[in-house]
Amino acid sequence: MGAETLDFRPDDKYHAFLKIVPEAQYGPGRLSGVPVAVKDNISTAGIETTCASRILSGYVPPYDATVVSLLKAEGAAIVGKTNMDEFGMGSTTENSAFGPTLNPRDPGRVPGGSSGGSAAAVAAGLVPLALGTDTGGSIRCPAAFCGIVGLKPTYGRVSRYGLIAYGNSLEQVGPMAATVSGVNLLMSVICRHDPRDSTSLDAPYSHTPTMDIRGTRVGVPEEFFGEGVEPRVASVVWDAISLLERKGAEVVTCRMPSMEYALAAYYVTCMSEASSNLARFDGVRYGPPPDHRKPWHEAFQERRREGFGVEVRRRILIGTFALSSGYYGKYYAKAQAARRNVRRDFLRLFSEVDVIAGPTMPTVAFRFGEKSDPLSMYLSDILTVPANLAGIPAISVPCGKVEGLPVGLQIMGRWLEDERVVDVAYAYEQGAGQ
Amino acid sequence: MVTERDVEYIGMLADIAIDRGELAEFTASFNRILEYFDILDKVTVEEDGGDSAIVNVFREDDVVPSLSPEEALSNAGETEDGFFRAPRVM
Repeated sequence: MGAETLDFRPDDKYHAFLKIVPEAQYGPGRLSGVPVAVKDNISTAGIETTCASRILSGYVPPYDATVVSLLKAEGAAIVGKTNMDEFGMGSTTENSAFGPTLNPRDPGRVPGGSSGGSAAAVAAGLVPLALGTDTGGSIRCPAAFCGIVGLKPTYGRVSRYGLIAYGNSLEQVGPMAATVSGVNLLMSVICRHDPRDSTSLDAPYSHTPTMDIRGTRVGVPEEFFGEGVEPRVASVVWDAISLLERKGAEVVTCRMPSMEYALAAYYVTCMSEASSNLARFDGVRYGPPPDHRKPWHEAFQERRREGFGVEVRRRILIGTFALSSGYYGKYYAKAQAARRNVRRDFLRLFSEVDVIAGPTMPTVAFRFGEKSDPLSMYLSDILTVPANLAGIPAISVPCGKVEGLPVGLQIMGRWLEDERVVDVAYAYEQGAGQ
Repeated sequence: MVTERDVEYIGMLADIAIDRGELAEFTASFNRILEYFDILDKVTVEEDGGDSAIVNVFREDDVVPSLSPEEALSNAGETEDGFFRAPRVM
């Protein structure tokens, strides 16, 4: 059976896409003819891939990321590349060089970030499935703000080959969909061992979600309902946790002391990695070329000032500073020690409970421009970054609304127990729908 | 506390040019963020320090199919005689 063509010409009024493939090819398989949107930091052969950055304008990858190859092998139609915060740096999708995405639930608000385009494409009904990436919450945050489901898999379970790196020890490609079943299906397609990614694990995913969570111990750390978590959001999430209890789960309150410095550890780590990863963008191998009449450093500096947005340059600068010899011990080394403490906290908690539950985001979706101060934007990631520091799976599932805006319930699980977090999310989703 | 001069110097190290008009805001946000990072001073470093779960992943040093020279050069802004063209070093 040869390739067939899917006609895809959506009314993209929320600017979810940076690039649309109006005549998308597809073949046979479990996803035959299903339109799938792909975040624009994932390489797609023959389709422009920019990371929402001017420095990659016009870049057309000569190869597919492994996740894209896996989608195509199951017949999916890759219908476009979705908007994002430039290089994944942000929690609102306002940092795209090509303009922000609007939240389909309220176009006056951000969709969350950095996979805001993927979340908006699903929430607006333009595609049933989308790929996002999650470095510190970038799948779960927009899933929560747009009222869809998003899973950050266990680190290493989904190949990062072909993902344009930002914070490579933290980031994961993951599925986004309107329902837990959709996320489960997409996960079963993209989760494969990949010899081209040396961090890839050999742990394929083949799972049928179950609603039976009787006896599951659900830990709720006090810190996930601490200062900064909007009380009405907290109340909606507690109601969701109570529903899990009515479904037979046992709810246990607990403590996670490393939360105090997890966010700082996360930002020092990702900025340091970004300063190294983004050094390759010099205009020589891809992107608009530098001025060859000028000397090397002068030409590159100018090219990178023009090509990178403010937030990208800020993170490269701070990352360079954190890795410099005089400050390495104060920032980077301490951040790695903090990261180990976060892992230890999770190990201790997971010896007592099966999953950990709490809000995905401390508030509902922000209004545009509300987080203009970078530090205030960083602080909004406090509940999602611990899972990235520890490499554990975490899912966000819609669990109610505050003033008509969606709230996400976050379920985190033990390393490699992605199936269990999917089950708990499924039990919530099905229970809430009854 | 970093100064505008420090930020300019770090920008030079990172090959990130900063316009004069941006310098004050970059320096202010830099300092606010570093002040927040001071919370890491509370972290205690335990003796076992390392991560015993980390292992090296090796592969055989075999020649495998790769991009053709044409594909590798396909996104370059400027090429010359089958090479990438870069600004002069000296």
